[in-house]
Amino acid sequence: MEKPNLKYIEKLAGGDNSLKNKLIDIVKSEFPVEKKAYYENLKNKDQKKTEESVHKIKHKISILGLEKSYKIANKFEHDLREFNFERVKDFDKILIAISHYLKTI
Amino acid sequence: MNCIIIDDEHLARVIIKTLCDKIKFIKVVDEFSNAMDAIKFLNTNNIDLIFLDIHMPDFNGVDFIKTLKNPPKIILTTSDSNFATQAFEYDFIVDYLLKPIALPRFKKALLKAQSQRTGSNKTILDLEIKNDFYVNIDRRLVKINLESICIVEAKGDYIHIKTQEKNYVVHSTLKKIEEKLPESLFLKVHRSYIINITKIVDIEDNTVLINRDVIPVSRSKRPGLIKRLDLL
Repeated sequence: MEKPNLKYIEKLAGGDNSLKNKLIDIVKSEFPVEKKAYYENLKNKDQKKTEESVHKIKHKISILGLEKSYKIANKFEHDLREFNFERVKDFDKILIAISHYLKTI
Repeated sequence: MNCIIIDDEHLARVIIKTLCDKIKFIKVVDEFSNAMDAIKFLNTNNIDLIFLDIHMPDFNGVDFIKTLKNPPKIILTTSDSNFATQAFEYDFIVDYLLKPIALPRFKKALLKAQSQRTGSNKTILDLEIKNDFYVNIDRRLVKINLESICIVEAKGDYIHIKTQEKNYVVHSTLKKIEEKLPESLFLKVHRSYIINITKIVDIEDNTVLINRDVIPVSRSKRPGLIKRLDLL
């Protein structure tokens, strides 16, 4: 499993530490909320809202440099449009990896 | 070029705002988490460019586009390349940017927008914010770091540039120097004064304190100044 990183955020911040910290803080505060919403929507088998949750989380996945995971999330999002929930476990792994990583930064 | 950002994600809006701050001639005048609020804003404000997220809940970017009577230029932002084809359905859509947006790609999109809006052929170098510029003082070209400038004051045929370390008197106009200064850092608060907004100590009624200098703020400029502040 690839590891999340801060390359994109650091490049965007261009050496401005306050901006870097601001971006990290937003990721750290928004991700748990989006993850919780995803699991609730999944539990309720609300396909449309689950797809929206995956879409939102997908942006965080890309910002954290997870290129392979981004592709998986993208496929999952498209599968959900056809009521296909097969990639739930793969997506779980991504969420776990990000959750662990955010505790370290 | 004035622009607004429409994206339901806070992080996405912050990223686009950050990218805009790195570019000359673009000023983010407002940002919206939903398309409905943006429609209300556009009813009473003229905007040159919109950064528009396509994928938003309830009322998405495509729905939004259909409501526009006199659309400004639009750059679509999306996390889904499948939406890219929609970028070419309307002639006012300049480009689409796939998230996460990188600065070089962002610059290209802005060049397109600028070129389509004004017909100018600016290059990427023209878009970049410079760190310093040169002024002619007693036949010498003196380099001044832009971020070090605190105040620029017009006095007759001259302008006084106050930096943290030194003061310079230059034969020029406030209008000329205003064009050189990045909008992300500087604001004209009075017909005779431009200030670096990062150097503000405090604001009281119609004055602003920069270091130890009390600078007047025109009544008409005060709302613009307050809007630029990160108020609690």
